[in-house]
Amino acid sequence: MRRLIVLLALLFVQPLHADSNLPPAYWSDRQLADPRQEAEAQALMDELRCLVCQGQSIADSDAELAGDMRDLVRRRIAAGERPAAIRGWLVQRYGSWISYKPTAEPAAWPLWLAPLALLLAGAWLIRRRIRVRG
Amino acid sequence: MTRLGRFAPLIGLAIFLVAVIWRLATPVDTNVTSKLDGTPVPAFAAVVAAPSKPAFSSRDLATGQPRLVNFFASWCVPCIAEAKMLNQLKERGVAIDGIAVRDRPEDVAAFLARVGDPYRAITADTQSRIQISLGSSGVPETFVIDGRGIIRYQHIGPIEQADVPVILARLEAAK
Repeated sequence: MRRLIVLLALLFVQPLHADSNLPPAYWSDRQLADPRQEAEAQALMDELRCLVCQGQSIADSDAELAGDMRDLVRRRIAAGERPAAIRGWLVQRYGSWISYKPTAEPAAWPLWLAPLALLLAGAWLIRRRIRVRG
Repeated sequence: MTRLGRFAPLIGLAIFLVAVIWRLATPVDTNVTSKLDGTPVPAFAAVVAAPSKPAFSSRDLATGQPRLVNFFASWCVPCIAEAKMLNQLKERGVAIDGIAVRDRPEDVAAFLARVGDPYRAITADTQSRIQISLGSSGVPETFVIDGRGIIRYQHIGPIEQADVPVILARLEAAK
């Protein structure tokens, strides 16, 4: 009986929230008035990786740190900073990890070469097939 | 088709399964380290984080002596356990400055009253700006700053007993 009560009680356990008591930063969920600036900010936020929910962009993440980063991006765009400069500032701190945009680093070479390699493999297959038919 | 060719899909599957099992057994390190190691602490202003506690700015870090800068928060559970270690380090004469991330003054004060106060000074970082400018990705995190205000080491996660000698060695090396 006691075990049953414990099991039932576990059903109502709330996960421990690791969230602060502060409201979200001003620009975290608010669009910039200038549509062109907002579009720039949105495009950049889609390509910046969330430090908490790794694998999500800061545009998609509900993490507070992602909200603070959206605030940072919108503030800087509104102040006239170029998206590339903001991305560079973050890469300087977190490495290319923070950006989803593929770089030209040697680690990313397979990514650039893969389409070419697949195309060549496809051509080779087709050529073989044509030769067999003939 | 050769005999080996017939088994190629099976061999491929086996390699794939071994790779998956290996990755599950040894997960990747998901910590994101700051790339600012060896560079001066980015500038930030002193903002009072708790009543009766002095704040500090980035300029207060270059004091000639190495110190710790600890990112913490009253809402951060591992920070409670870490406070014990920080108090221990303070007793050993280590200078520790705190940065309270996304916190309210009354919560910081209550937190310090509960777990002890190892900090010389605390600065508030209500929108994680100092945190992002240092390339830190969460709480708790601790940086070793040398006497000239240059970042020398980053410790991600709570400082545990086993980390104390490492931290002390890094502080010594930063002298």
